[in-house]
Parts: sequence; C-alpha cells; structure tokens
Amino acid sequence: MLQYSLRRILGMIPLLFLTSIVVFSLAKFMPGDPFGGEIDPSNTNPEYIEEMREKLGYNDPIHIQYIRWVTNFVQGDFGHSTAHKIPVFDLIVDRLPNTIFLAIVSLIITYIFAFAMGMYSGRRPYTWGDNLIAGYNYVGLAIPSFVAGIIAIYFFSFQLGWFPFAGSVEVGLQPGTWDYYVSRMHHVLLPALILGLMGTASYTQFLRNDVIENSRKDFVRTARAKGTSESAIYNKHILRNSMIPLITFLGFDIATLIGGAVITETIFTYPGIGLLFLESVDRRDYAVLMTITMLLSFLTLLGNLIADLLYGIVDPRIRLG
Amino acid sequence: MVGKEESPSLDTILQVNELKAGFDIDGKVYHAVDNVSFDVKKKQILGVVGESGCGKSVMSMSIMQLLPKETGKVTGGEIVFEGKNIENYSINQMNTIRGNDISMIFQEPMTALNPVFTIGFQLQEILFNHQKISKKDAREKSIHLLRQVGISRPENIVDEYPHQLSGGMRQRVMIAIAIACQPKLLIADEPTTALDVTVQAQILDLLREIQSINNMAIILITHDLGVVAEMCDDVIVMYAGKIVERTNVDALFHNPKHPYTQLLLQSIPKLDEEEKELGSIDGLVPSLKDMPEVGCRFADRCPKRMPECTEITPLLGFVENGHEAACLLYENSYQTNGRNTYVK
Repeated sequence: MLQYSLRRILGMIPLLFLTSIVVFSLAKFMPGDPFGGEIDPSNTNPEYIEEMREKLGYNDPIHIQYIRWVTNFVQGDFGHSTAHKIPVFDLIVDRLPNTIFLAIVSLIITYIFAFAMGMYSGRRPYTWGDNLIAGYNYVGLAIPSFVAGIIAIYFFSFQLGWFPFAGSVEVGLQPGTWDYYVSRMHHVLLPALILGLMGTASYTQFLRNDVIENSRKDFVRTARAKGTSESAIYNKHILRNSMIPLITFLGFDIATLIGGAVITETIFTYPGIGLLFLESVDRRDYAVLMTITMLLSFLTLLGNLIADLLYGIVDPRIRLG
Repeated sequence: MVGKEESPSLDTILQVNELKAGFDIDGKVYHAVDNVSFDVKKKQILGVVGESGCGKSVMSMSIMQLLPKETGKVTGGEIVFEGKNIENYSINQMNTIRGNDISMIFQEPMTALNPVFTIGFQLQEILFNHQKISKKDAREKSIHLLRQVGISRPENIVDEYPHQLSGGMRQRVMIAIAIACQPKLLIADEPTTALDVTVQAQILDLLREIQSINNMAIILITHDLGVVAEMCDDVIVMYAGKIVERTNVDALFHNPKHPYTQLLLQSIPKLDEEEKELGSIDGLVPSLKDMPEVGCRFADRCPKRMPECTEITPLLGFVENGHEAACLLYENSYQTNGRNTYVK
C-alpha cells in the first residue's frame, strides 16, 4: 500500500504541472492589475509605474514569469499578498484551520444525517417515511446555500438569537481556554449545519438506492437462511457493501468542502479559505488566488488518493499492490 | 386446514400440506406453487425434479420464508416442522429455526457469500446466531467445519475472502455454514448446477457423507435426473407448480407413470442405444400468467392427451403401492383421496 501511495503521489506531479499552467494563464487573462497594493498610490507618474512593472517582472516574457512563479512555488515561496501585505503562506496558514474545522464539523453532520436517513429509507422503501425523507432531500438539494444561509441567519441569529451570525470566535477570548473552544464551536455550528445538510441529499438518496439494490442480493438471502436478524443484515451485511460507493463521494468532498464553502463562508463572514478566495478575486490578489487554486487542485487529487486507499480497506476485492 | 387421514408417523420431520405460493404482480397473485403436499422423513433424501420454472425453488423458499419480501407470497397451506406449523411464524420465530433446524444451500455459490466479509466471519455468524459460544471456540469450530467439508489448509482459508476461492470451494463453504449447527433438515436448491461436472460429483459425495454422519434429512432440488438417481431415496416430479408424480427412485426410473416423467426419462442419453436421437418435449411450460384454471397443465404437450384432460384437473392419487401420479390415465386421479382433497 505504501508503494502504491508513493506511485500515486508521483503520478500527481504531471497533473499538478498541467493545472499550474491553467491557473497561471487564467490569472494572466484576468482583467485589471494587481498594482493597487504594490505601488505608492499617491504617485501616478507613468515612468514610476513603468519602473515598478519592470522591477516586479511584469514586463518579462510570459514563460519567464511562469517559470519564476513555478520555481518559487515549488520552493515553498507562494508569493506575497498584495492586499494583506504578508506572505501568502502565512495568510493561508492563518485561515486554513478555520476552514478545516468547518469542513470536519459539516462532514460529521452530513454523515450522521445521511446514514440515519439513508438506512431508514433503504430498509423501508416506498413507505411514508421514505417519501418524507426523499421530499426533504429534494427541497434541500434545490435550495441554494446562500438562500438557506440567509434564512438560517435571520431565524436562528436575529430572531431567536441562538447562534452568532459572523466570525469564527468571539473577540477577546484567550486561545486555549475552555470558553474559547466553546465559542468556536458555537460559531461554526450554523454554517456547518447549512453546509452539512445541503450535502446530505445526495448521500442519502445514493445510500438508499444502494441499500435497496443490495437487499436483493443473494448474500442477503444466505444471511437470512442462517437465521441472522434483520437489523444485523442491514447494519452489517448490507451497510458494509453500500459504504463502498459512498467513498467516492468522500474523495470529492475533501476538496469541495475546503473550496466549496466559498458562499457559506462569505454569508457567515467566517474567516476561512473560501472567504479569502472571494476577497482575493475582488482585489486581484493573484498570488493568493493562484495558491488557493493550486491547493484545491492538490486536495482534489489527494482526496481521490485517499478514496482509493479507503476502497482497499473497505472492499477486500480491491488489493492495492 | 385439511387434516390428513393417516396421522403423520413419528419419523416425519417436515410436512407440507396444500401449499400455495406465488408472486404478487399488480395486485394479483400468480401461483408458482399450487396445492403441493408432501412430507419428508428423518434421514431421508427427497429429490424434487422439474424443469426451470416449475416452482421447485419457490416451494423451497416458502418453507424457509425466504421469498422476496415485496412480491413473494404464501397464500395457503401449512408447513409443519416437527409438529409445529411454521408457515405463520414471525421473522423472529423463523430466525430460531433458520440455520439451526433447517438450513439451506443455493444454486449460485459465486454470489451467495458476502464479498466483504471473511469466510470465518460468515461461518461464525451462524454459530453466534444460535449458540452461546466464545469467539475463540467459534473460530476453532469454523476451522473444524471447513476441514470437515474437505477444504485444505482451513487455518488460512478462514481468514480469506470469498473472491479468493473457486466456485467449488465456495459451495463447500456454503455447506460448512449450512451444517454448522447440525440441522435436522437441509434444503439444497440446485447445489451443483453452477459447478463443473467433476466438482459436482465431489459436492454430491460430500453431501451424502455429511448426511450419513449428521443424520439429517435433505430436500435436494435439481433438474438433473442423474443427480436424483445417484442421491435420492424418494422423488417428487413437479410440473408447472404441481406435483405430477411421487415415488421412490427405483420405481421412477424403471416404471414411470406420468407421461411427463416418461418423456423426461427419454431425454436422458443412454449408453447402449447409440444411434437413437435424444428425446425432447415439444412446447414450453405455460407461463404463470396463463396457467389453465381447469385441466391438466401438461395437456398441451402431452402425447397421450385425452379429451377430458382439459376439463378435469387430475389429482395426485395412488397408482400402485407407494407410487402416486396425477394423470387421468389412472382412476385414482379422478377422485378425492387421502392425499389430495383439492377439487376444482
């Protein structure tokens, strides 16, 4: 398995290389200039601007610029944020834990709801409860997260006052204290619920259909013939088989949750990678933009690798050598 | 339900009385098994023969309540196991019998085992279902069972997965699972159909060996008359959901009474009659949806058909001592008798 993982990681290099060309080109094609932050705003002398362009390397041929970027990038120098005036690396390290925390909480919410509802529906298909769950899921799938987010903020934050509507932690709390962690949890819960419950629909319906399909398999009949209880048949025999296709989703989710929280993080002004991404687009903060895009590409590939490794653990027929 | 005139003898282990079972298609039940009655004695190997679609599998699934939940239905009759009618047992009650008193092996060993669990897990599961046994003992017992069904290096196989085994080995594992709790009755639904001929013989030998050691009864469902000749004591011949003939193996092969059985036997190649063309039966089994309501279901394909065959439903009646047939060629098929009181 170690050898397989190493081979897969090596295989990522050409893919990441191609991605970097696309990312770089897109950044170059974007209208506008990043100069807002790099030059002295009070000095609009064209000669000064030209001098700065030359100094920053924007007049070099495009492939030279690309090679310079890639060389620095590979060495861990992700550039300098023009908007925040700090290295991109520091910026991302500052924001990433928030996003990962949000992703994990929302993933847990998704899994709890999806497995409970999917197993219920799969075991009792075409019943009242199953239809109710399907109805909820289609509504959930149809409502965009910005609508759900705003409604949730309106009711739970403004009307009921149960949850804060912005930020990741209350200002003034000392990191490491109990109150600090409670406050973080309190802040993350509402956006995580929105993100998590949005994701439940596809998981639930997929699990439901797979459970129904597996419940007709021969091995279920064998298990019944052995005198195995219905709950053991569903919770062991069928669930274990139905988990296999869900792992594909998990692979996608790892990247989607880091990058896909853009809208939710923006609505809740939750200081994570998603919000940073959107701000950077606004401010033409190329270095941040390119780094986040590369990070997401890498996470997508990594997510797929993790999914493939998990297949090997859950499904003994897949042997990774 | 209708009682039998003769009381079941003490060594009757399973008694099926006027079983009706079939499939619910758009609210109407089509019977794949229609008024089937028979019994199985202790230590007996009963063969059930018939071509595809004659209801033999539905019958065996009905005994175990394993018909597909959504469509399968038992609509009438009794299934009496050791004196208790188990036809209306709840799932929980059935689960104390399934695997413990009655076991089953299936046609398709490739798919009958769960692909994501080890052989050991699937073997031990049946032990945990029915016995109070420690994990360590269960493992030892499962290794012992694997050895008993002729699997070499059982200590390794116990930790392997079904896809690592061949079809014949998987069927051996299925047999090991089926006999784990020493059931009194084993239902083998075409246990060798999906296997190579050489493996078939091994599996049949194994079944017979285990049957004599464990003293269990077997219902052997097959469409292979060769298997019947080799294995069985008594035979039931089924056609289109009904029993058409019932007798012992000798009588079946030497003196078949029902025209269907006679034709079936003619379709077996014989070594001493080289040049003769192999017999076949023209036509097909009528489908469930257009089964004739009255009359013999074999009438359309029967070479000995008489006018009344489409008007009177033949009953299973004695032709000779210990030999029953449902055919209007024999007078006992016209009237009610002890074994079959069904009159249309």
